[in-house]
Amino acid sequence: MAGIVVVSHSSKIAEGIVELTEQMTQGKVKMKAAGGTNDGRIGTDAVKIQEAILEVDDGSAILIFMDLGSAIMSAETALDFLEEEVKNRVILVDAPLVEGVLAGAIQATISSDTDEIKRTAEAARGLNKIQ
Amino acid sequence: MITRDRLLKILEAIAEEIKNQKQFLTDLDAAIGDGDHGINMSRGFEAVLAKLPTLADKDIGSILKAIGTTLVSTVGGAAGPLYGTAFMKAGQVMVDKMELDANDLKKVLQSALEGIKMRGKAQKGEKTMIDAIEPALDAYNKALEEGLSMKKAMNNAVEAAREGVEYTKTIVATKGRANYLGERSIGHQDPGATSSYLMLRVVSENIEE
Repeated sequence: MAGIVVVSHSSKIAEGIVELTEQMTQGKVKMKAAGGTNDGRIGTDAVKIQEAILEVDDGSAILIFMDLGSAIMSAETALDFLEEEVKNRVILVDAPLVEGVLAGAIQATISSDTDEIKRTAEAARGLNKIQ
Repeated sequence: MITRDRLLKILEAIAEEIKNQKQFLTDLDAAIGDGDHGINMSRGFEAVLAKLPTLADKDIGSILKAIGTTLVSTVGGAAGPLYGTAFMKAGQVMVDKMELDANDLKKVLQSALEGIKMRGKAQKGEKTMIDAIEPALDAYNKALEEGLSMKKAMNNAVEAAREGVEYTKTIVATKGRANYLGERSIGHQDPGATSSYLMLRVVSENIEE
């Protein structure tokens, strides 16, 4: 099953999104938070992201969700550290963080079609919460 | 010529300079960004300083690569992946080297610049580090073509970088947090261009005639 890495400048945001999503998916999707710096500051860390990718990797696709700005650059840097075989299975998803991760993770529990998971996560951008 | 040991001294001096300029860089960033450039750079180069003793017997390529990896995992902000990639790319073209001649330094600067452009998807004129580094590289190359020494060429490069930093005051930021400010970013010099200039200045000051 596809794995998910949540990258945020804040470790609390990344961990909170994983916590929330795992409750919704009953822990069926392998997820890892990669937020903040090792010394507890706001920021992102390419090595931490790389380690998270390897941790959720079970041979299927790995989707990376990022908050903004340097989180994207750090995720791209993490890709450079990966072996080609792993790198080819990593997808950076351009989606709102909370809604995107939730939608993508739920889709991952019912489908192994990576493109569909990515599309579902990215479609969260247009979600109407208040009907 | 920059020997491996001289390079280690230069990296130490850069770490020292970044520490000394921490507040200045943070103040510049507070004006147009998120105000963490000095703190982030200082954390990153503290980690570099701690790493240097373990690199004392390595080749220049391995040293530069290790510095890059250290920066991407300790800086925290955009400067981490940007400078990290710059050092890693520079390391790739200096594999097994134990000293740098004038042409090697050109390759190092060129690769660092390409790394930053690739990672930041940016070009000159967008109020970034590139506005200091690209003119510096051009000035360095021009000086070498004119037959100047490595030291003199690097002095010219630093002057061009300084002018590049001044130029960033006149332009609008299109990358990063400063982008949200639009026209209001005019009048402020770019913190990233400034830290690039400071690093180049340290390199130049530590090259022997």
